Amino acid sequence: MKMMSKEFYDVAVIGAGAAGLAAAAETAAAGFNTLVIDRQDRAGGILRQCIHNGFGLHCFKEELTGPEYAERAAEKAIAAGAEFALCSTVTDLKKRDDGTFELVLRSKEYGTKNIVAKTVILAMGCRERNRGNLAIPGTRPAGVFTAGAAQKLLNCEGFLPGKTAVIVGSGDIGLIMARRLQWCGIKVKAVVEIMPHPSGLTRNIVQCLHDFNIPLYLSHSVTRICGKDRVDGVDVAPLSDPENSFHIDCDTVLFSTGLIPEMELGKMIGVEIDPSTGGAKVNANYETSVPGVFSAGNVLHVHDLVDFVSEESVRMAKKVIRHLNGEKDGETVKVCVNEKLKYAVPSTFFPGRDTVFAFRPLVVTNNGTLTAEQDGNVIWKKKIPFVRPAEMICFELKGDLINGKGELTFRLEEGEKA
Amino acid sequence: MKKELICISCPQGCHLTAEQDNTGAWLVSGNKCPRGKVYAEQEMTAPRRTVTAVIATGSAKQPFLAVRTDNTYPKEAIPALLNKLYTMKAELPVKRGDVIWENVEGSGVNVIASESLDA
Repeated sequence: MKMMSKEFYDVAVIGAGAAGLAAAAETAAAGFNTLVIDRQDRAGGILRQCIHNGFGLHCFKEELTGPEYAERAAEKAIAAGAEFALCSTVTDLKKRDDGTFELVLRSKEYGTKNIVAKTVILAMGCRERNRGNLAIPGTRPAGVFTAGAAQKLLNCEGFLPGKTAVIVGSGDIGLIMARRLQWCGIKVKAVVEIMPHPSGLTRNIVQCLHDFNIPLYLSHSVTRICGKDRVDGVDVAPLSDPENSFHIDCDTVLFSTGLIPEMELGKMIGVEIDPSTGGAKVNANYETSVPGVFSAGNVLHVHDLVDFVSEESVRMAKKVIRHLNGEKDGETVKVCVNEKLKYAVPSTFFPGRDTVFAFRPLVVTNNGTLTAEQDGNVIWKKKIPFVRPAEMICFELKGDLINGKGELTFRLEEGEKA
Repeated sequence: MKKELICISCPQGCHLTAEQDNTGAWLVSGNKCPRGKVYAEQEMTAPRRTVTAVIATGSAKQPFLAVRTDNTYPKEAIPALLNKLYTMKAELPVKRGDVIWENVEGSGVNVIASESLDA
């Protein structure tokens, strides 16, 4: 691994997770000086603590664990010649008068260092929504964790977070942690989900909950966390009948209630945020409202598979390379979605150019139909067998299809009841 | 006998139907790839899972090593496998893919390192 050797780079990648590493491999292989910056002491990001399998089937054509995926992605970036600044936190990001960017890096090793880059890739990923974000009533005892924090304690630092647990939210990290806790001798008493459907992948419901007979309470909410010094239980209530709440004894509560893009640096430099994703608003080049600043991966919108993060980041990196080569693009056209889709990424595109669109559905249905309309005509239609909010929808539309000048509207219509 | 299953071979989670014909063979439908058929047959006869865990290294800098089975392992024997893994200690350095425990209990399955760790 080549460490930071210069003060001027063509590309500064913030974050050495799946998105950052895939982008760096691409730009470095194209001959651009690339620096990857990460606050951890190893590349790989959150993948390093995700010791379970299920990664890599798309990108590496085999089933890998998180650390394996992380190491392979890092090896690609290293082989391509990307440089690294680890144990380094970017604390300031500014645009300079000449159009380049200035980054302030801070580290225990070298103190403060200023770096200049022609382009910046925002690949910081997400942080977890926690108890405070949800404002759950009760006492404030020890034993309340986000699922990812518990994962790091268990998998990287070797601490058992407790003896009996209740998991709030059915996101994938929570489901994976349910199995992990059971395999470490910790009894998982329940998973409590406020929505009428699980928010994690179906396979994880099967292999992490059904395999261990862990009850999943859908349309239920945790209404109180109890305990003085340590958690001693939670109150759970059905949404349809809040009076009929019940108590579950446990000494640990994990939250797996969604991810929030870690976009502070983007906001610092004035990147326009899309309120439906919490990430940057980007055009089909994955370029933000600040020219020269690009974004991909979970900091752009939350993906359900890391393979999709890598793929998106490679697409973005190819556009970064075009930008560095001085290629210009024409006018953009706006993308709209109906009320059954939470968002579309990108939110604008270049007419006549092949574009990959990603969507997050808000409904559960089988055999749904996704259509694209432009200038009053349906220009594209696709049947989607299983529509689930936990599963991203992603399609490429060919340039000759989307060459009109009017707004492009995607509509998801429900099919059969799931 | 007919059973609805959800494939766990990959995150697609295909909805499978496994139906036993009169010779006792399982007919599988709904799978988008060959792994689905293998999964459904196994699930109906002798369920298996890939096991992942961490084992101690004794190193202060990298106290735990992520490991996995290099193939699926019989589901009912997983607790015994885990209990043994929790008593083991890995010698560093380790390279990703190194065999940590060969041919676990004669199963033909190895436990291998998921990551490379320096000494």
